[in-house]
Amino acid sequence: MTEGDSRTASQIIRGEEPPGRVRLRTEPVLPVIRPAVNGSKTETRPAVFDIRDMAVYYGSNRALVGTTLKIYRHLVTAVIGPSGCGKSTFIRSLNRMNDSIPGFRLEGEVLYHGHDLYGSRANRVEVRRRIGMVFQKPNPFPKSIYDNVAWAARNLGMKQQLNDRVEEALRQAALWDEVKDRLRDSALSLSGGQQQRLCIARAIAIEPDALLLDEPASALDPVSTAAIEGLMHNLKHRFTIVIVTHNMQQAARVADRTAFFSLDSTGVDRAGTLIEYGDTETIFRGASDPRTRDYVAGRFG
Amino acid sequence: MSAATPITLGETGLFDPTAPLTPSGNLRRRGVINRFVHVTATAAAFAAVAVLAIVVVSVAVHGASSLSLGFVVHNPQGLAAGGIANMLLGTLEIVAAATVIALPLGILTGLYLTEFAGPRARTARFHKLALDIMQGLPTIVVGLFVYGLIVIPTHQESGFAGAVALSIVMLPLIARASQEVLLLVPGTLREAADALGVNRWRTVLTVILPAAIGGIVTGAILAIARAAGETAPLLICDNIYNQTSTSFNLFHGVPSVPMFIYTSYDLPLTQAVARAWGAALVLVIFILFANFGARVLLARSRAKMGR
Repeated sequence: MTEGDSRTASQIIRGEEPPGRVRLRTEPVLPVIRPAVNGSKTETRPAVFDIRDMAVYYGSNRALVGTTLKIYRHLVTAVIGPSGCGKSTFIRSLNRMNDSIPGFRLEGEVLYHGHDLYGSRANRVEVRRRIGMVFQKPNPFPKSIYDNVAWAARNLGMKQQLNDRVEEALRQAALWDEVKDRLRDSALSLSGGQQQRLCIARAIAIEPDALLLDEPASALDPVSTAAIEGLMHNLKHRFTIVIVTHNMQQAARVADRTAFFSLDSTGVDRAGTLIEYGDTETIFRGASDPRTRDYVAGRFG
Repeated sequence: MSAATPITLGETGLFDPTAPLTPSGNLRRRGVINRFVHVTATAAAFAAVAVLAIVVVSVAVHGASSLSLGFVVHNPQGLAAGGIANMLLGTLEIVAAATVIALPLGILTGLYLTEFAGPRARTARFHKLALDIMQGLPTIVVGLFVYGLIVIPTHQESGFAGAVALSIVMLPLIARASQEVLLLVPGTLREAADALGVNRWRTVLTVILPAAIGGIVTGAILAIARAAGETAPLLICDNIYNQTSTSFNLFHGVPSVPMFIYTSYDLPLTQAVARAWGAALVLVIFILFANFGARVLLARSRAKMGR
């Protein structure tokens, strides 16, 4: 790093250009490869998450068992399944948000770009800095719209061109036009749908590598839901997205690949597990497991 | 209960459904007992408030005659004349020093309990218990402890020793008040901040404390009001003589309002006793204002948080 080079260390490591205009990775880094539509499991993209036989316990309670899958770069991966099947447990384990839950224990391996997410050298805060998350209920800070988006960037030392960064994040979250004249207003004055897009803007403002969305639209009206689904199509060119949803139509609309979780009733007690994982098309049109077929056809729960 | 005849509910003929709607069965007796307890509880609650009212009114009645502008801006002249300006200043100095010690420690303790102790907070539970016990510690014991800790080694009774003792009185009040208000900050804010890869301390400083600051200030004000009237620790740790001059040196004896009341109330001089009442009134007025101010602040910050 030479004197006067204003890039942060992580920018240099990632080979980003020095600041001229802040670009939240506006250009796709890789050529967009359409996922195979014939249900073939071969995938040429690099895997962001490589999850191997993951099991999660809360105390003596098994929440999730035997889950093995790869989540690929710059795709939207949907996680669907009935209530209590471990969807939230699964996604929250991908950026270690479960660590603060008493009794949480994870077995198996979660590799993130080849690094063990739960290894002794993995720092929990750094993990979350790279893997952002948006929650079911919008949770903006009681600060201004601007400060919500700028907050993490400021605290992580990304202070150059903060205004541009905030604007770009709000644009990508499809919120800029609605708030550009009231950036100093409290974020709590926004509607629920706007607040959720603000939370997405806040998450992408620090340019995470992956974005985890835990039922981001379940508390929103259909118009806001459509807005969020729309922006996900644009965001996936820059971020790897994992979305948990109760809404199967939503998964069909936004996801390239879909993982179906359900309760595994073979063990002594019931725990959630991955039943089937593949291209969204395959899961919805030609699933191989009867439980998946029943669920997507609405014959379950 | 005999198992002889099974009963059929709805057919035992307990009462005549067509009778007038006055209490029947044991309802009449139950009604009397209920009214008795209701009246007694109400009376007890009002009696508790009445005690406060009587104390405040009697202090006001006795103290009003000595209260004047001169009383709070002039130093005393001898035992029976002049004001209590140097005592007020001394109390201010001692309480300010105690606040400087207790406030950061108290807030940090509250932060530890809510933000840093972690989910398996066995230590946090222990700390909460310890703080509650500390709150109930007799202040004269605190005074003796600080006497042994500071006064004996330095051979000097001082305002500073008094301030240390008062800070021990204030610490659990501030820590518990901070903890209570920090618990009101929604956990979703911590989760949001965690998910952005920002360290907990930055989150505390820029998200959690700003949301809780009103309540923390309230707790601090109440603790300050409590400490301002505390007498026993000062009696032991601070010099009770030489109360006529102004002192800015906390490492020597500093005159204070509570000690002035203590040394004046039984002097065989009508004037001295009246001045003790006057000082008591000043103290009570300060404590009342501090309490009201704290309530207003708390209500305002609660409203802000709930928005």
